Amino acid sequence: MPLEISGLVKRFGEGSEAKEVVRGLNLSLRPGECFALLGPNGAGKTTTLRCALGLTAPTAGEIRLCGLPVPEQAREARMRVGVVPQLDSLDPDFTCAENLIVFAGYFGIHESAIRPRIPELLAFAGLEGKDNARIQSLSGGMKRRLTLARALVNKPELLILDEPTTGLDPQARHLIWERLRRLTAEGTTILLTTHFMDEAERLAHRLAILDAGRLLAQGSPREVIAAHIEPQVVEVFGEWTGNGQTAGPDSGAAAWAARYAAGFSKRCEISGETAFCYTDDAAPLLAHLAHQPGLRTLHRPANLEDVFLKLTGRELRD
Amino acid sequence: MDKSSGRRGHFAPPRLSLRFAAVWRRNFLVWKKLALPSVVGNLADPVIYMLGLGYGLGMLVPQIEGVSYIAFLAGGTLCYSTMNAATFEALYSGFSRMHVQKTWEAIMNAPIALDDIVAAELVWAASKATLAGTAILAVIAAFGFTASPLALAAIPVIFLTGLCFAALGLIMTALAPSYDFFMYYFTLFITPMTLLSGVFFPQSQLPDVVRHIADALPLSHAVSLARPLLLGQMPHNIALHAGVLAAVTVAAFWLALALTRRRLLT
Repeated sequence: MPLEISGLVKRFGEGSEAKEVVRGLNLSLRPGECFALLGPNGAGKTTTLRCALGLTAPTAGEIRLCGLPVPEQAREARMRVGVVPQLDSLDPDFTCAENLIVFAGYFGIHESAIRPRIPELLAFAGLEGKDNARIQSLSGGMKRRLTLARALVNKPELLILDEPTTGLDPQARHLIWERLRRLTAEGTTILLTTHFMDEAERLAHRLAILDAGRLLAQGSPREVIAAHIEPQVVEVFGEWTGNGQTAGPDSGAAAWAARYAAGFSKRCEISGETAFCYTDDAAPLLAHLAHQPGLRTLHRPANLEDVFLKLTGRELRD
Repeated sequence: MDKSSGRRGHFAPPRLSLRFAAVWRRNFLVWKKLALPSVVGNLADPVIYMLGLGYGLGMLVPQIEGVSYIAFLAGGTLCYSTMNAATFEALYSGFSRMHVQKTWEAIMNAPIALDDIVAAELVWAASKATLAGTAILAVIAAFGFTASPLALAAIPVIFLTGLCFAALGLIMTALAPSYDFFMYYFTLFITPMTLLSGVFFPQSQLPDVVRHIADALPLSHAVSLARPLLLGQMPHNIALHAGVLAAVTVAAFWLALALTRRRLLT
């Protein structure tokens, strides 16, 4: 197994200052799958990854990385793992090729063994011919791709990516996604953290939603959606002027929802000026809304973001 | 059962391996790109001071301990510039790699442990200080301030001095919130020590109480070894002076490692 975590607890500080960041986490990756760890900021995603890599000792629990116990044999296990960290850690004093050569050296790979692979690694990162380019001359997306290439110098069985597309433009994100799909097709297991639901929905064979150090849901994207939320969503927004209402502060979708939502949907959440109505069958609700002047609607299937918001709440995280 | 490493865990003995060499090599390759300006930079300041003070002040000071002032100053200059080279590397460059560039973080994701990274920083800073010190030794010899082949024996002293101050510097790096923090280390420790360690004038000039403190400073021990060698004499108490420098190196490295583990591994 590429990674097995059971009963993981991580506490920082002692006594009354103690903060439990991971609270009894169980996770098991299957060979060749892409597994996404979803969670709002501060959910414990990065701490879980650091524990898995043996970079911080767990307070309790068992971890096996590539079959080896962590943290006891973390260093040996990391021989077979590639990591793309959240923050840029490329060597600014080196060129692209030198970054790969020096990093391979940390795995005991000699320069003569890595040099022939550099064109292939740079091509994989979409950086053909950038061998001698300086890091400062690369865009954010290029840096992230070079970091991805760097994580592949040791031909890892397991690739761990911490928020691989945060801060990238759509073109750069799509390129990274395409490359990650190619890697899983070639048999590399991938573990990634993200708070982009579309990223998880597109890439992950399985995913887990983490909040406050606990797993709230686990399974394939479809399974998680089916298990946790009604299949249809109708978003209602606009100025409601039906049933004698006049335009004003109480005429929004919320006022409509207070009166009618419960009758037409299983669950309704108000967020800002929009009412989210969750239902198994949207037809009666849509028929009703057709006669409510001023309201606008968006009917769509439920997605991962709906599950995520249902499980982790809508309030802001810092 | 609490598996996390508490205070005792951080102070566990260093676990060192030859893997530190890959990290040392990384620093060397970066240095190689800017080798010439780096050596000139390390050389210019101490040489200017040595010549300026040596010839300027030397006019007023007839002889110290039987030699010209500038010949006296040469041994001190060698030691304090070695100390400075090691200190700057461990502080500013080390902090850049640890905190600003996240180089250590990247390396820890590879199969290299933090202990090896800190050891590599120690040996690298000492290596760079040895390069700087040896270059100054060459200048001293070129000016004729030393003529004895014994001066070559100062090179291991330079390396040991580099290790000692690299280790002390790494403690500060492990504690530093930002570059500004290092100013305290210079004004409260490095500069007073330079003045008390017999670099510019003999320690016999110091009041007795101060002298006892000064005797314990690591730079005093470095000067006690290097100065006689440059003047063509065998130093007294070699084992004591080398022993103190080695002991400070080991103790400071251990503490620096514990503080770095606390900073990066929790």
